[in-house]
Amino acid sequence: MCGFGGYFGAVRDGRELLERMTAAIAHRGPDEQGLFIAKDAGLGHARLSIVGLGDGQQPMSDATGELTIAFNGEIFNYVELREQLRTKGHRFRTSSDTEVILHLYEEMGEDCLSVLNGDFAFALWDSRRRRMVLARDRMGVRPLFYTRQGDRFYFGSEVKALLQVPGVSAEIDPLALDQIFTLWAPIAPRTAFRDIFELEPAHLMIVQQGSVSTRPYWSLDYPDREAPSRHTDERAAAEELRALLTEATRIRMRADVPVGSYLSGGLDSSITSALAAGMAPGGLRTFSVTFDSAEHDESAFQMEMARALGTQHSSVACGEGDIAAVFPDVIRFTERPILRTAPAPLFKLSGLVREAGLKVVLTGEGADEVFAGYDIFKEARVRRFCGRQPGSRIRPHLFRKLYPYLPGLRQQSAEYLASFFGAGGAALDDPLFSHRPRLDGTAATKLFFSGDLRATLSGYDAAEELASRLPEAFSRWHPLHQAQYLEARFLLPGYILSSQGDRMAMAHGIEGRFPFLDHQLVEFAAGLPPEMKLKGLVEKHILREATKDLLPPSISRRAKQPYRAPDSHSFVGTGAADYVQAAMGEAQVAAGGLFNPRAVAKLHEKCSARPASGFRDNAAFVGILSTQLWLQTFTGTSGRRSEAA
Amino acid sequence: MSDTIRDSVKAFVVENFLFGDTNHELSGTASLIENGVIDSTGVLELVAFIEDRYGITVADADIVPANLDSLDRISAFIASKVAAPVTA
Repeated sequence: MCGFGGYFGAVRDGRELLERMTAAIAHRGPDEQGLFIAKDAGLGHARLSIVGLGDGQQPMSDATGELTIAFNGEIFNYVELREQLRTKGHRFRTSSDTEVILHLYEEMGEDCLSVLNGDFAFALWDSRRRRMVLARDRMGVRPLFYTRQGDRFYFGSEVKALLQVPGVSAEIDPLALDQIFTLWAPIAPRTAFRDIFELEPAHLMIVQQGSVSTRPYWSLDYPDREAPSRHTDERAAAEELRALLTEATRIRMRADVPVGSYLSGGLDSSITSALAAGMAPGGLRTFSVTFDSAEHDESAFQMEMARALGTQHSSVACGEGDIAAVFPDVIRFTERPILRTAPAPLFKLSGLVREAGLKVVLTGEGADEVFAGYDIFKEARVRRFCGRQPGSRIRPHLFRKLYPYLPGLRQQSAEYLASFFGAGGAALDDPLFSHRPRLDGTAATKLFFSGDLRATLSGYDAAEELASRLPEAFSRWHPLHQAQYLEARFLLPGYILSSQGDRMAMAHGIEGRFPFLDHQLVEFAAGLPPEMKLKGLVEKHILREATKDLLPPSISRRAKQPYRAPDSHSFVGTGAADYVQAAMGEAQVAAGGLFNPRAVAKLHEKCSARPASGFRDNAAFVGILSTQLWLQTFTGTSGRRSEAA
Repeated sequence: MSDTIRDSVKAFVVENFLFGDTNHELSGTASLIENGVIDSTGVLELVAFIEDRYGITVADADIVPANLDSLDRISAFIASKVAAPVTA
C-alpha cells in the first residue's frame, strides 16, 4: 500500500514537482519516500512498508534499469508468481511483491495483468519502448487519477498530487455533480474535478509520445439467463465457495507486519474475521465502531463475535458530534461530495487501527455485491412480483418485509409502499429497473440545484448515461445479475471502495484487504444460479450455508442491517459545529453558485426542527454541505485551489 | 372552505417539500409521488401537518394514495374529515 505520482513529457523542475506530489499524498505512505527521474518521465512514491520491509523501496527498477515501477497495493499471489518466474530463470534481488511485477512485465508485457491477483494501481516506465504503462486492479480497490497539460501527462494516487502540477486547478465538474446527486458517485473516468480523470477498474492505459490508449483487461461477466448453470448441486457449490474464500483470506494474510480485521457485527466481517483468526500467528486483533444511537449501533453483536473468536478487540465510539468534527477532513480525503456521512465513522476507525500500531486490516466489503446481500436486490424481486399483477392488493404487503429497520416504513400502507417502490408503473424491461426507485429518490436532491447549474446541465440525465454504459450482454442476464452488475461495476468502485474504503483507510495510512473481492471468488459467484444467492427473500444464502459452522447462529442467521450512520442530525441542534452554519449560510451558498440559497436555508431550518428527516432531505443536506466543504477545501473562496488541499 | 384548505395544503407542500421552489408546476391533480415531491417520510410529515393544522386524527386506514397523493385529494380528504361529526 502506498501512494505515487508522476509524469510523462518534458517537465521543467521535475524533481521539485515530484517532491510536492509525493508530499501531498504522504499520508498514504508515511514510512519512506522515493523519486525516480529520467528524461521526460518521473515517478514519486510514498511507501507504507508491508511486504519486503527492508528491501522493497520504490520506485523500483529492474536489473537492467530499463523498467521502473511505482506501485500502490498488494499482489497477494506474489509468492506463487515468484516461484514460477524463478523456474523460468528470473533472479530476484528483493523479497517484495513489487519486483514480481517487474519480472512479470519483462516476461509477458502488459499481459502480466491477467495473472496478478491483487489490489493495485501502478505506473511502470518502460524506457526501451519509451512508454508509461498504467494499470488498476479488477474491482477498483486502488485509485489512479490522471490529467494532461498540453503534451505532458500527469498521474497520481489521489487528486491532491495532481493539484500540485502548475496549471492544474480545482474546478467542479457540473456533470459529475449531477451524477453524484443521482448515482451517489461520478461515473469513471469522470471525477468531481473538471479535466481530471480516473483510470477505470480493470483497465490498462499506455501513454506514449503523442498518444494515450486505454483498454479493459478484465470484465465482470454473468452467464446468459437461459444457459444451464454448471452449479446444480448446492452443497458442492457451498464447499467450493468455502475453499475459495479460505484461500482468498489466506493469501490476504500475507504481510511482514501483523494483519488485523474489522468486525462490524454483521455476517461478512464476522466470516472474514473467523477465517483470519485461525490463520493469524499470535492471535487476531479486531476493530469496530460503536454508535450512541441504538438505531445504528451493533456493539452487542461485535462483542459476541469477538468473544466467540477470542480476538483482542478494540472499538471507537462515534456520536453525532464526532461525525461533525471529522466531516471536513472526510471531504478532504474523499475528494468528492458525498450524500451520506457513512465514511466518517470509518475515518475514525482507521485512526483507531493506526493508534493500535497496525497497518493492515481485512474487511468484509464486497460480499453484498458478490453474493446479493443488498436490500435493493430483494426490493427489485418484490417489485417484479408486484409488477406482474399491478392491481393486486395483496402482493404489496411484501414490501413491509424489506426494511424492518426503518421505522418510518412500518407505518406506511401497502398502497403507499407500492407507489413508492414503483411497483405499478415501473417498466419491467427498463435496464435500470432494480435501481430506478433509488435513482429517482436520489435525483430528487437536485431540487436544490441553482438556476445557473440547471442551465449548465441543460437537461443532462445521469441515469441515462449510466444505462448507456452497460455491456451488450447485459440484456441477456438474469435480473438479479443485472442488479448485481450495477452495484459491483459502478457503486462499488465509485463510492464504497473509494469514499468508504481506500480514502478513509489511507487517510491514516491503513491498508484494507477484501477477501470477498478476490477475482477468482467474484468469477465463481457470478456463475452461481441466482437462487443460490437470493433464496426467496433470504440474502447471501449460499454464503451462509458455506460458513455456518464458523459463526454463532445469532450471527449466521442474522438479517442484514445495512451499515449506516446518523446523517443531517449530526450537523444541527445546539451543539452544531460552527462550520456548518457558515457553509450552509445564504451568502456562502450564493458564492458557490451551485445551489439555491433560499431553498438550502429552508432545508437547514427543516432538518434542525425535525431531526428525523427522510432520505431525500438527509441526502440533500449532506450532499450540499459536502459540496460546500469541497469548494472551500479545494478551490478556496476565490475559486483557486487552496494550498491546504 | 375547500379553496382555503387547498391553498393551505399547497403552501405547506411548496414550503416543506419543494423548499420554496416555484419552478414546479403543481397542479391539483398531479401525483406527489410520481413527481418526486414526497417520499415515504414525507407522507408522515403530511399527516402530521394535517392533524396539527386541522385538529383531526388520521387513521392508518386513511393513509393511502387515494386520500393523499395530490393537492385535490388531500383537500377533499381534509374537507370530509372536518365536515364529519366528532365521535367520542
